Amino acid sequence: MHNEFKVVEGDFANAGKASSDIKKTLKQLNIDNQKIKKIVVAVYEAEVNAIAHAYGGTIFVDLDQEKIAVVIKDVGPGIPDLDKAMTKGFSTASAKVREMGFGAGMGLPNIKNNVDVLEIKTEVGVGTEIKMVVNFLS
Amino acid sequence: MSENFFYHALKIDHKICYGCTLCMRNCPTEAIRVRNGKATIYGNKCVDCGECYKVCPCGAVYVAQDDFDNIYNFKYRVVLMPSVFLGQFPEDIRASQVYSVIKEIGFTHVIEVEASTMTHTKLTNQYIYEHQDKKPLISTFCPAVVRLIQVKFPSLVDNLIPIKAPVDFTSIYIRKKLIDEGIDPKDIGVFYITPCAAKIAATKSPVGEDKSTVDGVLNMDTMYNMVLKQIKQHKEYDKSVSANDASSDSILFALTNGEKRLTDCKKSFAIDEIHNVMDFLEKVENDEIDDLDFLELRACDESCAGGILTCGNRFLINDRMTQRARKLADRERNGETSRRKEIYSEEKFLIDNSSVAKIMPRSMMVLDEDISIAFEKLTKIKEIEAMLPQTDCNVCGAPSCHALAEDIACDEAKMSDCVFMQRNLEMRNSLNVEESVEIMKKIWGEEKIKDYVLKK
Repeated sequence: MHNEFKVVEGDFANAGKASSDIKKTLKQLNIDNQKIKKIVVAVYEAEVNAIAHAYGGTIFVDLDQEKIAVVIKDVGPGIPDLDKAMTKGFSTASAKVREMGFGAGMGLPNIKNNVDVLEIKTEVGVGTEIKMVVNFLS
Repeated sequence: MSENFFYHALKIDHKICYGCTLCMRNCPTEAIRVRNGKATIYGNKCVDCGECYKVCPCGAVYVAQDDFDNIYNFKYRVVLMPSVFLGQFPEDIRASQVYSVIKEIGFTHVIEVEASTMTHTKLTNQYIYEHQDKKPLISTFCPAVVRLIQVKFPSLVDNLIPIKAPVDFTSIYIRKKLIDEGIDPKDIGVFYITPCAAKIAATKSPVGEDKSTVDGVLNMDTMYNMVLKQIKQHKEYDKSVSANDASSDSILFALTNGEKRLTDCKKSFAIDEIHNVMDFLEKVENDEIDDLDFLELRACDESCAGGILTCGNRFLINDRMTQRARKLADRERNGETSRRKEIYSEEKFLIDNSSVAKIMPRSMMVLDEDISIAFEKLTKIKEIEAMLPQTDCNVCGAPSCHALAEDIACDEAKMSDCVFMQRNLEMRNSLNVEESVEIMKKIWGEEKIKDYVLKK
């Protein structure tokens, strides 16, 4: 099953659409609550990241009976130092973003803690593609 | 029709209902469908919030109550009266007058439900302190909210505070008090005046309990009429009866903020009205709010003052209760009355009897326990939904196109129930007019279709 959501740069007001939709679907499939929570938190975090840092993008959700795979693909600017971005507490978020309660530097590390697979492809000037997978069976 | 999980006090009188769809469109959990021209409730989806009762234009939705004469099955008849009940009466009617009149109409003892809220608050604060790992902790005071969480937010079931409601504490207390006075337990009947349907459902089939603490439930509007009639007819009343069961803090307990203001928490919210509650729970479930300690959630706007069985305007009820609390607080400050009530002598006994068994999730959303079947149904829902017109016109007897798609995937409705689909099928000659009239009869009832044709 496939579903797509648009991410608009700077549109924090509409953050959470994708994660809420995913949550509803997984509840219908009787997926374990803890697993639902993990993927919802990870997707929400990634969605906010993309809104804060990227020039817009798309969320692709693929679901089967064993797993959910979510890919967030944006159109730039890319992450210059990925290792640094994966460090807890590191943030490049602007003062404006922080004022809104986002940008604590927990994004990528928090995503990593909540998913079974996290793959990040990024190129400065091109964009970032984050793939996360949560297995239902394990 | 789905299997019934809960007892429901909300019923629909099919002799009155004419299938206007208003209740179906307003039900927050999509628990209503129109079948045979009448609104029908899905028992496993209904949380007894009473929205249907509020919007029904013809009074077809009613709240089943126990026969008043049941009280006479007992020699000692206790009434548990919520503070909200006193808020119904005009300012010139004193609380002690209402107490006194209730005794005149058949009860031997009256006690205000809120008498036990201080014990309830003490236990709540202790539970919050000891369960920091389960934050945010959610109050179980409003039974409609507890059911809403069970069916729609099952992942938050463990956040519910498993402590009995004040009505149960007060009931346990008064029963013990009378037994201690030498009265045979068999002779004691405890009756609760309820402001809403959810409290009835909760006392008839308590969540996390196997036996109810009360012997019967009386609807607040019925009691209001009985008491007010008595007051209007006989101005004289027994002035020796005093209304002194609850403290100034306690009598505001059932209003919005009533619990929040008494808890020792840094970050807590008091949210009323079921849609507000659902929006907020959605955020809580997504972990969008950090460091949340405690949530007071009430299904009705203005909490119990807005209960469906209350009489009069909820803001006026709130105001009268607030005024009463203010006057009482003055008297407490002047030393005219004590904040410590008789019930405190039994606090240990109440605390020993305070817990409820584990509250279980009862998700209404699960399509099937077996993930492969659930997945199949989900795929089907998406396919069907894509074909439906998305007008949410309700003519199929479901509250939305999405709900119809779910019903079809679960074999509870047919594709041809949709009028747009019917037209399509007729155009392709795979459905004739007689057949579509038959379909409409199943949804809207034989009478309605016949009447409509005849009127033409």
